[in-house]
Amino acid sequence: MSETMTALPGIEAAAAGVQQLSMQQALNRALDEILAENPKAVIFGEDCGRLGGVFRITDGLQAKHGEDRVFDTPLAESGILGMSVGLAVAGFHPIPEVQFDGFAYPAINQIVCQIARMNYRSRGTLPMPITLRVPSFGGIRAPEHHGESLEALFAHVPGLKVVSPSTPNDAYHLLKYAAARPDPVIFMEPKSRYWQKGPVDLTSVDAATAAHDGGADNGSNLTGARVAREGRHLTLVAWGAMVARCLQVAELAAEDGIDVEVLDLRWLKPIDAEALATSVGKTRRAVVVHEAPLTSGLGAEVAQLITQSCFATLKAPVERVTGFDVPYPSGDLEDEYIPNIDRILFGIQRVLEYRRG
Amino acid sequence: MTTKAVLAAVDDDAAPLTHHQLRELYTLMAAVRHLDTSAVAWQRQGIIPGYAPELGQEAAQVGSGYAVDRTRDFVFPTYREMGVARAMGLDMVGYMSTHKATWHGGMYNPLESRFAPIQAVVAGSVLHAVGWAHGQTLSGHAEGETGVAMTYFGDGASSQGDVHEAMNFAAVMKAPVVFFIQNNGWAISLPTERQVAGGSVAARAAGYGIPSLQVDGNDVVAVFEATRSALAHCRAGNGPVVIEAMTYRRGPHSTADDPGRYRTLDEERTDAGEDPLERFRQRLLDEGVADEAFFAEAQRKAEEEEEAIRTGIEDLGPRPGAEMFGLVFQEPTPALQSQATAWREESEHV
Repeated sequence: MSETMTALPGIEAAAAGVQQLSMQQALNRALDEILAENPKAVIFGEDCGRLGGVFRITDGLQAKHGEDRVFDTPLAESGILGMSVGLAVAGFHPIPEVQFDGFAYPAINQIVCQIARMNYRSRGTLPMPITLRVPSFGGIRAPEHHGESLEALFAHVPGLKVVSPSTPNDAYHLLKYAAARPDPVIFMEPKSRYWQKGPVDLTSVDAATAAHDGGADNGSNLTGARVAREGRHLTLVAWGAMVARCLQVAELAAEDGIDVEVLDLRWLKPIDAEALATSVGKTRRAVVVHEAPLTSGLGAEVAQLITQSCFATLKAPVERVTGFDVPYPSGDLEDEYIPNIDRILFGIQRVLEYRRG
Repeated sequence: MTTKAVLAAVDDDAAPLTHHQLRELYTLMAAVRHLDTSAVAWQRQGIIPGYAPELGQEAAQVGSGYAVDRTRDFVFPTYREMGVARAMGLDMVGYMSTHKATWHGGMYNPLESRFAPIQAVVAGSVLHAVGWAHGQTLSGHAEGETGVAMTYFGDGASSQGDVHEAMNFAAVMKAPVVFFIQNNGWAISLPTERQVAGGSVAARAAGYGIPSLQVDGNDVVAVFEATRSALAHCRAGNGPVVIEAMTYRRGPHSTADDPGRYRTLDEERTDAGEDPLERFRQRLLDEGVADEAFFAEAQRKAEEEEEAIRTGIEDLGPRPGAEMFGLVFQEPTPALQSQATAWREESEHV
């Protein structure tokens, strides 16, 4: 980051070192630096400009970088994503936002039929370096379509990559990394975590390059999963907002002498199969936790990858603790729907108490 | 039609087409006509699995494509723009390879040809054109220097929401984009009157504050002039233009279609009007721009060209299977790489 850059509201001016930032601030900081470092990067969507986004992720960016770099669009998600394709053809690096996860549905044709396929259709001559930011998942008691878990849908589409950070540090580094990629990345931000603070290591000026070269960044490679907590008895696999909940569960389980490892998958496509094999190879038991509905969810994919690599040593079938096969419920029922501490503990119990035959 | 009233201001300096250009337009139309009718025959002969003919739309396609400046403009087609492609000088074996089922999107280079890959979601590329055009604005070209996006779609596609979003976006952002509608009367089996509310597609432009014009799509010179005016209008920084070229799809929607189920041969003859190629030929004769020897030579060249393209696509072998895996991403995923490895080991196409 350039030393002459002006800090945005709410962020201290220090150019490097570790700072306590909320995920919202970390994302805002990352976008600010992306705009400063890449003249072809453009940010746009509904209310991204003057308002700074409904979650304020783009706060202050238009005032600082100008209306050509950060702009408001009319209210039309297909338009926003279709426009991204044309901008990418013209050599730009679009960073569009859909305001809430459920509003990605009106744009699904542009995402699936256009963004995901243009590189293939054009035999690699028209790459789509698009980072689509999607405030994702539930937990904020929002109206219908303002809390959805679309990861399995996106991950199933050939041509898309999908990532979800769980901490402010990862949000900062993964967003910078995603925006430097030549392929489309769906960046799923756990909106219930936007206001949680955590340490963000700003020392690494060029995290994207470091990660791409296979180098470590803050002790973890940005291209794969991250061990959020080490443990011996069982692995909880999670992503997004569920990582923090699994860490809570691990603390509670520790009181009963159960040593839980928490693997933050981070990339939902490509999934870090090696990290799954390493973790579950060690613990020999696994529970996958996600907010999305059970059936055909990513938990099934994770369970299969674990089975494939660890079948001989697994002590129990891989368990899943997930949302249910129902439309995402209203705020009053949200706590019943999203995997809570008790349900995850029951999942752990099922795995620990499994007996063959 | 309404061309001059709307766009005359930026079109005052436009010179009339020279005799050389008029003959060039005819040569292109003859080449497109022959290639198009031949492609239908190729399908019947089993050379290609399918084709979407454009018989009767030669004037709309050649006239508009001829106006495009290939050094700075960019065209976003759907799948029935063979005549535009030919007028823009694309590698036609590369273009036809999509109909040969060699590669979705064709085998030409979109960046060099300024012609985006062929695709089937008909309104999808209309928004791409708006994004590309806005990119020209962001790039800050001097007035009169900007590239213009041309997007092609039909009366059927105009029913899709993306066209509405595209026109609204373009108007709000004053994007240099020409919405070129070929209204050929039919969206497969549905006639325009049951497809397009409000009388015409051009009429919709008024709702967005976009200047529009309907043009006789069977008059190649009128189409060229309308497109040239629209491009000049966009280049001068005045925002988008809608052109609706009124033409007629004389043949089936595709080689799999049976128009006999939704229109009679008599209706076809009556509604299609004058053949645009024959009409232009008569005009060139009447005006002394070309003679029978010229037409014979144009036909000879068209046949020669078609033969070379046919040979080219017949010689196209199947693509190496590894491309299926190698062209999905710029940075392939480990899972995809392991699927490619498994495919290599398990198949005989090593």
